[in-house]
Amino acid sequence: MSKIHVTTTVNGDPTEFLCEPQETLLDVLRDELQLTGSKEGCASGDCGACSIELDGRLVCSCLVLGAEADGREIETVESIADGEKLHPVQAQILEHGALQCGFCTPGIIVAAKALLDRNPDPTDTEIRYWLAGNLCRCTGYDKIINAVQDAAADLRGEAS
Amino acid sequence: MTYEPKDLKVVGTRPVRPDGVDKVTGRANFGADHALPGQLVGKVLRSPYAHARIVSIDTSKAEALAGVKSIIVGEDMQDIAHELSQSGESAIDVHDLSLNVLARGKVLYDGHALAAVAATSAKIADDAIALIDVTYDVLPHVVDVDDAMKPDAPVLHDDMFTKGLEETPTTASNIASRMEMAMGDVEEGFKHADVIIERSYKTKAVHQGYIEPHAVVASFGEDGSAYVWCSSQGHFAVRDLSAKVLGMDSSSIRVIPAEIGGGFGGKTTVYLEPLAIALSKRAGRPVKMTMTRAEVFRATGPTPATSMDVKIGATKDGKIVAADCEFRFHAGAFAGSPVGAACMAGLTPYALENARVVGYDVVSNTCKSGAYRAPGAPNGAFSVESAMDELATELKMDPIELRHINAAEEGTKAIYGPTFKQIGCKDVLVATREHPHYKSNLGPNQGRGIASGFWFNVGGQSNAAINVHEDGTITVVEGSPDIGGTRAAMAMMAAEVLGIDYDRVQVVVADTASIGHTDGTGGSRVTFATGMAVTNAAEDVVTQLRTRAAATMGVDVDDVVWQDGAAIATKGDAGSLSLAEIAATAARTGGIIVGRSSINAKGAGPSFATHICDVEVDPETGYIEILRYTSIQDVGKAIHPSYVEGQMQGGAVQGIGWALNEEYFYNEDGILENPGFLDYRMPVASDLPKIDTVMVEVPNPSHPFGVRGVGEAPLVPPLAAVVNAIEDATGVRMTELPVTPVKMLAALDARKEAAE
Repeated sequence: MSKIHVTTTVNGDPTEFLCEPQETLLDVLRDELQLTGSKEGCASGDCGACSIELDGRLVCSCLVLGAEADGREIETVESIADGEKLHPVQAQILEHGALQCGFCTPGIIVAAKALLDRNPDPTDTEIRYWLAGNLCRCTGYDKIINAVQDAAADLRGEAS
Repeated sequence: MTYEPKDLKVVGTRPVRPDGVDKVTGRANFGADHALPGQLVGKVLRSPYAHARIVSIDTSKAEALAGVKSIIVGEDMQDIAHELSQSGESAIDVHDLSLNVLARGKVLYDGHALAAVAATSAKIADDAIALIDVTYDVLPHVVDVDDAMKPDAPVLHDDMFTKGLEETPTTASNIASRMEMAMGDVEEGFKHADVIIERSYKTKAVHQGYIEPHAVVASFGEDGSAYVWCSSQGHFAVRDLSAKVLGMDSSSIRVIPAEIGGGFGGKTTVYLEPLAIALSKRAGRPVKMTMTRAEVFRATGPTPATSMDVKIGATKDGKIVAADCEFRFHAGAFAGSPVGAACMAGLTPYALENARVVGYDVVSNTCKSGAYRAPGAPNGAFSVESAMDELATELKMDPIELRHINAAEEGTKAIYGPTFKQIGCKDVLVATREHPHYKSNLGPNQGRGIASGFWFNVGGQSNAAINVHEDGTITVVEGSPDIGGTRAAMAMMAAEVLGIDYDRVQVVVADTASIGHTDGTGGSRVTFATGMAVTNAAEDVVTQLRTRAAATMGVDVDDVVWQDGAAIATKGDAGSLSLAEIAATAARTGGIIVGRSSINAKGAGPSFATHICDVEVDPETGYIEILRYTSIQDVGKAIHPSYVEGQMQGGAVQGIGWALNEEYFYNEDGILENPGFLDYRMPVASDLPKIDTVMVEVPNPSHPFGVRGVGEAPLVPPLAAVVNAIEDATGVRMTELPVTPVKMLAALDARKEAAE
């Protein structure tokens, strides 16, 4: 079967790629575009390590076909920092030590940023439910929740 | 080295970890992130049966498929004699390891590998796997540990004759070994008991649940050497085990450690690495292999299912007079469960005169069990700490008081041999009793449980080198994969000894050819043992800096002290030279300064932990909510407190999952029915409350900064803490894990019926 030609936008850049019909967007990002920040933990939409934004919507890229990216806008973890300036979610995760192995961290950051884009002042419970699709086996989530709260405060311009 | 109290500037603070930015931007390279030009994709054919004889494997159709570059089956592997290879906390039998990597003769569990293919694409490799014809002769199987011990159980290994009995049996069985530890006279002790609790408990196999599946890229060269990129808890073990399985020299394999996406003990052995090397050798091209999540569940090593009996007797004032335990652990398809560690750890929080623990290591048709965070101890503690809770209830005594009366302390002789030096067992219990959580009120259907736990912690071999650069910055080179922030701890200890700022120090985890052998990241050893090597290497640097400075200043080296990052002459007016100043002229004063240390660290200080758990049990649905949780632990000295707290929190949550949700669910055909994160339900953020932590710091006398390992003890108490809380809330004692809502509701209904 011949490959499918896809024209899309990845992290603001116009991008073209060829993919097989059964290839997921995660496969394309990692294997074709060398954007390996998105991780595969399960390939079934259960762990959230491959979280990206597709036209501004938070999705698991393992549940999207590469071909479906045609004409869409994709934002991955690689686009979240502004040059050398980290996004407050990234900075606060480091300040809190809210990562251990760091494998789920890209997905957590993409998901947490998506939350704060929509809800600048979430409760702990709202953060916990929003991140319920992101498995972290190392931290027990506690420091992640605190880091997201402090990132929210930073984004609101409050001194923490 | 011994502990000396000192003023600390860096140790105990909370800086950003050296590898932090890479890990929040997606730049960090994990196992599956590496790629080589021309690489092939490798896939594995796995058994669909729990137990079967392999009659034939026909690969001809797969070989004929365009794009298939190499195939290996069990016959291609060499036979290896039984030999124990020490890897991290547990010894690995390389004969069994080889058969686990690729089956020969029989498949022993659902998911057992029996062929591997490398092809030009994942699709072709998958198609080739489907084209391999295997004829099986399906055999009867056994999963449950108690069933596997029965005389009429299907036997996995014809050559397994139980070790550890007075007389070695002549009939093969699934009982690999029996072990016994004892002190005092248990029968005599029970005669003095006013109260005796006797119970049986069961736990299911649970997986470490690291989010990163196993992954490797191997490249075999024409000169007979191989490069291997993979994530593991010990790349030296990956090298040595792969070399043994493949009949290669260790020096012919160079393993480059990737960042590791969680391990918890599960990445201390090899699964894919020998296959990838062998496929690459045959194909003449690099081969990349990654496991699917289902393969991780079906074919790597969860912690074993267990069946345990505990009998504890005490006088009416709470003094334990005897304890008698029998632990039966299934090891999976090959011998080697952590039952020994369970025997050694289960009763160890207590000073006992009369105690006996018997352990059985049993094989069954399930994947070979592996190490999981304090291997064996959580199971053992679940049984002992549940019984302790019942004992406290019977005695109408506070459960902390009961534990405190019997707690181990300095001078206590443990059942496994040693006499404890300075330990924090009692300090932890006191901190637990004084914590506001323990004094807070509970509502209807709510309950509180506490449980304690012990873990040995280990030392072992570590290497470190410290390069002092011309500009006065430092690179620490060490061999311990960083699984939870240990680069930060290494940098902090080096900065502390050298008296320089933390941000002047970088840390590199070097490959197997670039630093001396370092044991795996396991046994809670890295901050203790590799930290000791880094501290030694930094002391070595200081000695050299003082010598160079003395020569430059023209004074005797004995008259130069190292203070705040500078060599200071204590006599005359020679003044001082900073590290940066000495480094700048090092090329002219004898060459670049490199400090080194190669050690086998002794004196790992044991950890004791006590957890408090509050639950609410819904009487309508059996749903159990964790309301509040506090983890209290003797951590020795917290080098970077955030990462110590993180260990305590993460371990507690893994224990909550083990207690309430997680289990390997085998159907009647012995097939694993839940090999995915949807059906193998690990805790998510919305399942949990805050996990509070209290770090009790009782310094380890054998470490320069007082470090004890902290990583594993946090998984020891939670199982019983949760179940004890459930009992407090409902009055029902749950003895089998996990306590799912279905099981809970059935138990509540049964009690209601009994009362009516």
